[in-house]
Amino acid sequence: MTGNADERGSPAPGAPEAAILAAQGISHVYENGSGLVRALDDVSLALPAESFVCLVGPSGCGKSTLLRILAGLIPPTAGQVLLDGQPILAPQRRIGVVFQQANLMPWRTVAENISLPLELAHVPPEEIRQRTEAMLDLVGLIGFARAYPAGLSGGMAQRVAIGRALIHDPEVLLLDEPFGALDALTREQMSGELLRIWARHRKTVFMVTHSIPEAVLLADRVLVMSPRPGQIIGDFAIPLPRPRSLALLHEPAFVALTEQLRRCIRSA
Amino acid sequence: MTHPTPTPGRASDALSRVAASPFRLARPRGTRLHLLLAPAFGVLLLAGWWLLAESGRYAAFIVPPPSSVAQRWWRLVEDGSLLRHTAVTLREVVSGLVIGVAAAFWLGYLIAKNRIAAYTLTPYLVALQAVPIVAIAPLLIIWFGAGIASKVIICALLVFFPMLVNTILGVRSIPTELRDLMRSLEATPLQTFWHLEMPAALPILIGGLKVSATLSVIGAVVGEFVSASAGLGYLINFGRGTYDTPLVIAAVFTLTALALLLYGLAAWLEAVLLDWQDAG
Repeated sequence: MTGNADERGSPAPGAPEAAILAAQGISHVYENGSGLVRALDDVSLALPAESFVCLVGPSGCGKSTLLRILAGLIPPTAGQVLLDGQPILAPQRRIGVVFQQANLMPWRTVAENISLPLELAHVPPEEIRQRTEAMLDLVGLIGFARAYPAGLSGGMAQRVAIGRALIHDPEVLLLDEPFGALDALTREQMSGELLRIWARHRKTVFMVTHSIPEAVLLADRVLVMSPRPGQIIGDFAIPLPRPRSLALLHEPAFVALTEQLRRCIRSA
Repeated sequence: MTHPTPTPGRASDALSRVAASPFRLARPRGTRLHLLLAPAFGVLLLAGWWLLAESGRYAAFIVPPPSSVAQRWWRLVEDGSLLRHTAVTLREVVSGLVIGVAAAFWLGYLIAKNRIAAYTLTPYLVALQAVPIVAIAPLLIIWFGAGIASKVIICALLVFFPMLVNTILGVRSIPTELRDLMRSLEATPLQTFWHLEMPAALPILIGGLKVSATLSVIGAVVGEFVSASAGLGYLINFGRGTYDTPLVIAAVFTLTALALLLYGLAAWLEAVLLDWQDAG
């Protein structure tokens, strides 16, 4: 342990009353072929409005399970998820999700993929057109509006996924290792893009990642999860000033924070 | 990256894949001579047939020359009987196709989505597939008469199974993450059907349609062989009974053209609806 665990629930960023999305005492057990798997053990967390929180931890520690529970996609075995103080029982449009894979519909063009949430919400066509155009601009894909996903690189596909998750203006954005499938260079570039986009669209963001530098670069707060059954074993405030950029990656303060996190993960 | 496009439907459609696969063999650059190869081979086959007929080794009612088949075909066109018989068969084929495809689609969708339906119905559907439909054609004629109804049912039954399997595979192959996406956007079941399930299953469905189109033609001919008073299958049977071999061959060619036409329509539908598959 690093002594950071006592920061858990500290009033500054994580006070439950200011939280827009909160998890209380989440435990999750599921069955696979060989028996019961305890994925999560009594996890509680709170996401203050407009904060950027990252969750890091070793592979298979239940990070993605936690994210899917927060999204309302799977009901936890115990505990509850609160959105604005109300327990959620099903997925909510107010919570946008970006998955590990870009998860695009191959039969829809880039623009049509981005506009899907608006279509489902019965937004008038003219408004859909305008908002899609603006979103294409934001994610830097203006020239690719009519391209099909099959013709996109991994980074471009993930930009489309981010645009789709943002277009209906959800209050909370959950990102499940969104850059995990990308090569290192693209990944770094996408982190920078996400910083830029988030600066324009201040949302409450919860991002699962296994990259410590990525977490430190992006987040206001980084939570560390133990191997299975997943528990939150560290809660680090990232006091680096904003706006941030990729240049930060080489600052001593940044490197010190990543070291601190790495020690915490290793101690688990 | 995006999910691998679900295209197992194309596996059941091996012939068109062979036709579409680009050859990497050397071919003359800048010329289109290779396009003449297939027609040239056709001419060669025709010449072979003609030589065989003219050799005098076989009687004309066993191997009629191409010219007499063409003349017989033209007479059928002129007296309007070709159009009449083709129309009968086409009606049976298309009705059977529509009914079989629609029934298989809805049942397949139900089985893919509902576990109880799957457990209850699957054994019977497998048993049904094991029934040689062609063998029960006489039974269907007894039950539904020698008119169009029995043929439509035979066509529909032949079409049903491959279409059912394709529908189940198509709906089940939809990635969980896309379903999760629709759920996270609070899509209604109807929206999920139109915006996810239908387009995702479409490649496999159209693959099934291409197979079904030719199967349906077989169904109609089998039904007409057993008992009928009109249709191209009836015409073949009639020609055989009267040793009118040119008539038999002319009817076979017409049937082949009919099947190719339907297959072509399905392939055209595929090209129009699934243009996104070639975007990579």
